Amino acid sequence: MPQIFTASADTWLRAGVLLVGLGVLVTGVLWDGAIGSSAITAVGWVRDQPVPFSHKHHVGDLGIDCRYCHTTVETGPHAGFPATHTCMTCHSQLWTGAAALAPVRDSLATGTPIAWQRVARLPDYVQFNHSIHVARGVPCVTCHGRVDQMPLMMRAQPFQMRWCLDCHRDPDPHLRPPDQVTRMDWSTWDREGHADYGPHQAALFGIKPERMTDCALCHR
Amino acid sequence: MRRLLLLLPLILTLSSCDEMTHQPRYQAAGRGRLFPDGKAMQAPPEGTVAQDDPARAAALDERPPMTLDLLKRGRQRYDIYCSPCHDVAGAGRGPVVARGFPAPPSLDDPRLVRAPSRYFVEVITQGHGVMYDHADRVTPTDRWAIAAYIRALQRSRSTPVDELNAADRAHLSGGTP
Repeated sequence: MPQIFTASADTWLRAGVLLVGLGVLVTGVLWDGAIGSSAITAVGWVRDQPVPFSHKHHVGDLGIDCRYCHTTVETGPHAGFPATHTCMTCHSQLWTGAAALAPVRDSLATGTPIAWQRVARLPDYVQFNHSIHVARGVPCVTCHGRVDQMPLMMRAQPFQMRWCLDCHRDPDPHLRPPDQVTRMDWSTWDREGHADYGPHQAALFGIKPERMTDCALCHR
Repeated sequence: MRRLLLLLPLILTLSSCDEMTHQPRYQAAGRGRLFPDGKAMQAPPEGTVAQDDPARAAALDERPPMTLDLLKRGRQRYDIYCSPCHDVAGAGRGPVVARGFPAPPSLDDPRLVRAPSRYFVEVITQGHGVMYDHADRVTPTDRWAIAAYIRALQRSRSTPVDELNAADRAHLSGGTP
């Protein structure tokens, strides 16, 4: 009976197994880097908008509260998009001839909404509710970043499941006084001095981390 | 050909990759191609009455009893919706006025001190002069809360310092209450 395997077959097999193993490892590392990269998450990318609206000007310079425009953030799943009527509350008097605001004036005159491009978006298989997060004291800045420093709106966080879970697995350090949710700058929040605050609030509101990772909490 | 057929499941799987992320449904404030105006969120047909409309009308009609909670709610809502023009003290020198918006009267103007609370609710509901209405932003109950807080602001601007107690005076001069 002739030999089935050549003398070098064993070496080829070892080399092959090693190569496949390395391949899996390298692909894994690359994949992990790729899905976390800003090309996938869109973190820091600015989208073209019909009007170059500046949150820096309106929030940072003027100090207008988030809820002046995002009116349903406390009561519903969506933060709420301001109607053109809201823009024109001030801009019927201010910058009335500005070319940049022409789409806003046209929108009011014709009743056609301004086609804003959405910046913060979750996949359709996730159900997210703003009101519960706001009521429990997760500040706007946690997910949306320092919008008071953004001349043009950009995504501040990778809206991916592992990022959601970072907080859902350990909510305590992320909780703040609910009456200050729209506050942007928390650099003066003394984390050590407030070490007991998160656990206290979690107990008060009945937030149970073991239930916060239930699949059906967000996927239903 | 048979090899290509083997690839078919892979191709089908790839094409469905994005379907769960972008499901064929309307998003809030998104496009709705079914409707002539292209809006997913349609205004209710004329003449319809929403289930909570009677409750809203009733809340607008009757002034809620004055409580500390109502005042606190009024303060919060006032700071959100009114302070950009009227400023946090009610003097009418808010940041938007500083940018050139016509200055509103100070809320302790004698005319406004004499005005009934309902007047402030009506101004929030219908607007006044260059002030747009805020009916889409402030609920009827919150309008009454703001009207109540305006009374507190008026009081704060007309009370002589001598009438304050020692703790309030210390607070006013920068000490801790």
